[in-house]
Amino acid sequence: MAVQRLRFTFPTDLIKEPVIYLIGQQFEVITNIRMADVDESTGWVILELEGDADEIARSVAWAESRGVRVDPITGDVIEG
Amino acid sequence: MTYAQNLRCRECSRDYPLAALHVCEFCFGPLEVAYDDDGIRAAVSREAIASRPANLWRYREFLPCDADSAINIGAGFTPLIHAKNLGKALGLPNLYIKNDTANPTWSFKDRVVAVASSRARELGYEKLACASTGNLANSVSAHAAAAGMEAVVVIPNDLEAGKVLGSSIYSPTLVKVAGNYDAVNRLCAELAGSRNWAFVNVNVRPYYAEGSKTLGFEVAEQLGWRAPDHCVVPIASGSLFVKIRKGLNEFAKAGLIDTPHTRMSGAQATGCSPVATAWAEGNMNFRPQRPDTIAKSLAIGNPADGYYSLVQLKDTNGACASVSDDEIVAGMKLLAETEGIFAETAGGVTIASVKQLAASGRIDPDELVVAFVTGAGFKTAEAVVDHLGPALEIDATVESFEAAYGEREGVPA
Repeated sequence: MAVQRLRFTFPTDLIKEPVIYLIGQQFEVITNIRMADVDESTGWVILELEGDADEIARSVAWAESRGVRVDPITGDVIEG
Repeated sequence: MTYAQNLRCRECSRDYPLAALHVCEFCFGPLEVAYDDDGIRAAVSREAIASRPANLWRYREFLPCDADSAINIGAGFTPLIHAKNLGKALGLPNLYIKNDTANPTWSFKDRVVAVASSRARELGYEKLACASTGNLANSVSAHAAAAGMEAVVVIPNDLEAGKVLGSSIYSPTLVKVAGNYDAVNRLCAELAGSRNWAFVNVNVRPYYAEGSKTLGFEVAEQLGWRAPDHCVVPIASGSLFVKIRKGLNEFAKAGLIDTPHTRMSGAQATGCSPVATAWAEGNMNFRPQRPDTIAKSLAIGNPADGYYSLVQLKDTNGACASVSDDEIVAGMKLLAETEGIFAETAGGVTIASVKQLAASGRIDPDELVVAFVTGAGFKTAEAVVDHLGPALEIDATVESFEAAYGEREGVPA
């Protein structure tokens, strides 16, 4: 089992969609919202995703395919 | 001997031991090193610092590891130059350049890696790792080599040749990753979380970030123990921008300089400008961007200290410029032609930003301004090679020389 902490950033057109609920429904992944700030135009959520590493990767790829931006919670890990 | 006491969450102030930790388990805020400020104040003096060797360990009381056993390849105490020619061109008579191209691997990253690698070794790590677009990889490779540690450096597969060579020469395990920026970034975050390695800017980031303070210390000392009126600093993760001011404030707290009132301004490339964009919109929440700029060393679309950079801009009455790739090249050339300093693209961003901020009146001509040039130009030669004048091609005769020299376009013989 693996745990990943990720920051999901939602564009305006996805604000009303239950993306995190759908991840839990469609993938063998436990979602745990730790912090969030969502309003009518934009939003971000810090999530812990727990499950098989490949399953987490599939769920993240699915979220990205819907238009969610997914980043490590520490910001970019790559530096100059 | 170090005066570091613990790690402290920047958001909720929870304390943690001085271990390889970087985020608060409760609020995910970044952890910073907290010091015994009274102990430092009692221990330091201008005279003691000035008597020490010319490297960053002269500020040992302010750093989180034992300077006597530190990994020291000579990072720090780089030149601070009164840039009279460039200042004249920009209408800033009191412009100074902090020339951090003069570090051992030719970038300011030697400061942060010196501290991170030293602390990593104290914590028992044998492997030093990083994910980098160049300068950081160079410095990690060099410090690991000098310390007899193993280095694993992960880089995107489209870097400039000079930056790849600058790591390879030290024989690290060099990993070139194919994939878009976000994918490479997430892979590296996962590696950092799953390996028992010291990832210098991830799990030992609180120590790494402390190295940047030494730029603030040096500038204050080199100006005759005073803070500048205005600093212009390139913003990538934002850590350097924030820590230079922390350095000035710590010097003041220790009684070495008066309380600083330094304005802090940022410099970004338009092709990767999350902080400058948020600042221009009056927004304290930046939106992550996908970088698209020749300034790869500043190509951080989701900066860890982006929010704190915006807070600092606001708190210090600073400004944040963003400049195009053409302006970056022009900035590199202007710095070279006026001050004899060949900077990489990030230096071009800084100089072009100083020009932009001065022209728009956001830098006062009376201010003592320090512009931070953080990396050397040979690493990013590709950026300028097509923008330089041709050589005079001649035969080995005086006649040929005189003919060619006399025919130089626009130059009187």
